[in-house]
Amino acid sequence: MSTEHNAFITETTIEPTSEGPLSGRTIAVKDNISTAGVRTTCGSTMLEEYVPPYDATVVERLTAAGATIVGKANMDEFGMGGTTETSAFGPTENPRAPGRVAGGSSGGSAAAVAEEAADLALGTDTGGSIRNPAAFCGVVGLKPTYGLVSRYGLIAYANSLEQIGPIAPTVEETATLLDVIAGPDENDATTHQNGADANYAAAADGNVDGMTIGVLKNLRAGADERVAAAFDDGVAELEARGATVVEIELDSIEHALAAYYVIAMSEASSNLARFDGVRYGVSGGYEGDWNESFAQARESGFGEEVKRRILLGTYALSAGYHDKYYKKAQDARAWVKQEFDDAFENADVLASPTMPVLPPEIGESLDDPLQLYQIDANTVPVNLANLPAISVPVGRADGFPVGFQLIGPAFGEHRILRAGSALQ
Amino acid sequence: MSEDAVDADAVHHVADLARVALTESEAERFEAQFEDILDYFDSLDEVPEIERESDLVNVMRPDEQRPSLDQNEALDNAAETEDGYFKGPRVS
Repeated sequence: MSTEHNAFITETTIEPTSEGPLSGRTIAVKDNISTAGVRTTCGSTMLEEYVPPYDATVVERLTAAGATIVGKANMDEFGMGGTTETSAFGPTENPRAPGRVAGGSSGGSAAAVAEEAADLALGTDTGGSIRNPAAFCGVVGLKPTYGLVSRYGLIAYANSLEQIGPIAPTVEETATLLDVIAGPDENDATTHQNGADANYAAAADGNVDGMTIGVLKNLRAGADERVAAAFDDGVAELEARGATVVEIELDSIEHALAAYYVIAMSEASSNLARFDGVRYGVSGGYEGDWNESFAQARESGFGEEVKRRILLGTYALSAGYHDKYYKKAQDARAWVKQEFDDAFENADVLASPTMPVLPPEIGESLDDPLQLYQIDANTVPVNLANLPAISVPVGRADGFPVGFQLIGPAFGEHRILRAGSALQ
Repeated sequence: MSEDAVDADAVHHVADLARVALTESEAERFEAQFEDILDYFDSLDEVPEIERESDLVNVMRPDEQRPSLDQNEALDNAAETEDGYFKGPRVS
């Protein structure tokens, strides 16, 4: 096993608890998913020594299905980033693009699969964090419909947006892993009956004959031309296999990125308030009073991007600004949802490039946070609308992997797996 | 915030609300970055008011006693404990 690209924060061996569809398979688990007795850091100094007393539901399901967990995968700190460079444990290098980022925030998960340090991986996706690194590393990644997969044991960043999902070399293996983790959980009240008896693996049959693919015009137009060319090849391939292609324009999508960041930061400011250094995490010492000690714990435990988001989220929720930012962002979210619902009247699945750019060089994009946020433009609308989406490799541009994003209606994972498998 | 520029006081005020101590250099960088980011967020002004339909229902469970972590497990990750309790800083 190799972690020459810094894919793992902690190497480990968690043995299967029974035989199942994943017997003999190794898997990397993103380090914000709790593993009993194995430290779970969220890529943060704050949790460098934190050892969860219980397993996440998905971890129980993996080991019960026969999988062996071989590593806790590197990630942007608390999931906040798109390049895995905000990790307190150093960046993950892209195994398929030396010197370039692996994407993020689940960069370690995608890199582990790309470099074959693990057969499969779990990531989490709040605004693209599964699809982005899958695209950059040339592997498959799926963000499930909100509520399909239990978040019990996932250390929260933005609860209303995030889902745990599979990363694998092929669409079929992605579907098999989704079959294992999907379905209701009494420990997560937001999970849904859907997925209880699903057979996603059977859907990956490559048959798109008669399917209507709606190309999201705004998102294709915003992409680097080399990315757009590879994407167009993918569209042509689907058409050649019997799919009908239509163009779709969504006005609301122009506001999705701003809405996403306001909501994600606001939820983060509330979620991360739990890190006070008393029950777990870096202690703020006993010199000052309660407030001073908490502020000190958070100054030493959190990196700069995490602080930036907590502060901006606090600002967006503070008196006088709540209506201007948070309430408008919720309006935009509802608008995006409505427009997606309407789009599915005219298409079975929607398509766009997963990432508008090719993987940046390590160190290239850290100085300007707003510029870094912009690379999430094509992935965040899906999280706002609670929809499922998959990124599938679609050739290369200048030698770098390019991802093709397929978006389905709520609980329409079968459709995007079917369409995605036609691209392989 | 686009109307009123982000100044150092504003950054320190939200840092204080969020209980995050900042170094001087962090506070300076944040001042400029927040200006840019909040300007960008101002584009939300163009979003029309949307009637939000929700098909969500509350999911309840009976309020019954259930097993939980034992005391030692719960205290295991704390920096300091005393007599079976978490040890926190003084309140004032």
